[in-house]
Amino acid sequence: MSTLSPSDYDAIRLSLQVAVAATLLSLPFGFVVAYLITFGRFRGKVFIEVLVNLPLTLPPVVVGYFLLLLLGKHGWLGALLNHAGIRLIFTLKAAVIASAFVGFPLLVRSLRVNMEGIDPELISASRTLGARWYDTLVTVILPLSLPGLFAGSSLMFARSLGEFGATIIVAGNIPGVTQTMPLAIYEYASSPGSEDMALSLCLVSVGISMVVLLLHEMLAKKSAQKG
Amino acid sequence: MNLTMTTTKSFGAFNLSADVTVTGDRIGIFGTSGSGKSTLVKLLAGLLEPDKGEIVLDGDYLFSSTRRINLRPEQRRIAMVFQQHCLFPHLNVKNNLLYGFRRCPAQYRTINFDTLVSVLKLAGLLGRGVTNLSGGEKQRIALGRAILANPRLLLMDEPLSALDDALRFQIIPYLRSVSEQFGIPYLFISHSLVEMRLMTDTTLVFERGAMVEQTSSEQLARSRMGQSPVGYINLLPLGRPAPAAGLFAYPWGASQLLLSVGSDREESMAELSSKDIILFKQHPEAISARNLMRCNVRSLFSSGRKIGVELECAGNTLIAEVVQDAVNELGITPGSTIYAAVKASAFRMLPG
Repeated sequence: MSTLSPSDYDAIRLSLQVAVAATLLSLPFGFVVAYLITFGRFRGKVFIEVLVNLPLTLPPVVVGYFLLLLLGKHGWLGALLNHAGIRLIFTLKAAVIASAFVGFPLLVRSLRVNMEGIDPELISASRTLGARWYDTLVTVILPLSLPGLFAGSSLMFARSLGEFGATIIVAGNIPGVTQTMPLAIYEYASSPGSEDMALSLCLVSVGISMVVLLLHEMLAKKSAQKG
Repeated sequence: MNLTMTTTKSFGAFNLSADVTVTGDRIGIFGTSGSGKSTLVKLLAGLLEPDKGEIVLDGDYLFSSTRRINLRPEQRRIAMVFQQHCLFPHLNVKNNLLYGFRRCPAQYRTINFDTLVSVLKLAGLLGRGVTNLSGGEKQRIALGRAILANPRLLLMDEPLSALDDALRFQIIPYLRSVSEQFGIPYLFISHSLVEMRLMTDTTLVFERGAMVEQTSSEQLARSRMGQSPVGYINLLPLGRPAPAAGLFAYPWGASQLLLSVGSDREESMAELSSKDIILFKQHPEAISARNLMRCNVRSLFSSGRKIGVELECAGNTLIAEVVQDAVNELGITPGSTIYAAVKASAFRMLPG
């Protein structure tokens, strides 16, 4: 097994950056979507649920391809952004977006399970005590959803660290720019004689994931004890 | 409080059709489960929207399908105490209490926090979390939280049903303080006739989604006596007891009662079922029951297949329950004199 090279450190840093950014970016959207699915009464709710969970069942490459169609230079959104001087494809931002899409269902799922466990009468109590719906959202639903928020975030973070298929399509595999750990491992694995390098990075990846999942389990246990 | 509700609400096969006009500060809603009590409360609180109709409280429209008015729950100033306390688990006792108070417009804030904490005896709990408190403490906090919201009306949706017998009667005096000390009118929902008599003056009886009767809570308990397996429950306020030959002698109005259970309280309340009172036409020569009282028959009333006999015993009122044959044989008529016997063990002391 060999020591890590500077480009490996870059890959680790970029992976962590992408995972943190994707998770933070998804938190508000994930909370709103989980809230709507749990408490909303509107037509087309099932369609939103299916749409949110779709990335769980689709191959990440398919997600990446759709993102490429959407955000590419001639894509529906990409053309608009290009007009405004914003380029996403083959940048770290694209890697963040790809990770966010692929990990989003895990965040929403955790939040939703948590929200479904909130006693609806707590919400009724809050409203009859003078709180408006958004006040109830912030002072009752949000604090009671924190265990789900933490659990979902850690799962999403771990998933983002391992994201490969969608990322390579929309962000490419540019060392020091968009090359995250999985992409670097892929490159080592496909280059003869680089097995040791690949293994070193794999071990780092396993270590980070284990720490994140341990944190996830600790938080889950803590919230179960509180509940 | 003046409340008028003419509303309908349907859920699948269940239809609620409320046609209620009631005035008073201590109103009860009585009915078995599925009678529509909780739905009615939710409509009133704004937690459910009626299909059509009107809800008018003290002249203010809370809902009107014709006028297109539907005030949101937070606009109605109607607080609720739920069956399960529904305290916010992420807030401590003090912040739970202040939740509604902080959201109450300044012009309505008339109830003082310290007074409420003192009345409900919550001072020692303020800094604590709510998850490890007893059921009675939680319900007191839920009550305090609702009172501090300074509502114009308080809805109590079976607030005692989740508590055991001992706690139930400990909480009742606190619930009564809502109207007596804080001047807030309330609607008290229950399926217990005893709770109704202790908590309310007027009762609205609901069955299968419609109001079938509006009566005094006392009258309701009497009319249901014959159908109830426990009969009519006499509630007897008693003084401090003195030991008496293995029993306890309690002052009871101008008389005294011998009970097999003791109490160290200055004042207590005992329950006695109308079924546990035996009537004699003449003074019996010898009897094992330790309480024998000479009473005047005040009135008779029928309830199902039973006859209720309202007795006046040394300035106190007792309701006994007999069958028509016994009335005929004993010649019980209003104004007649009769002897009532009760075993010392027939009384049940209410916790308090």
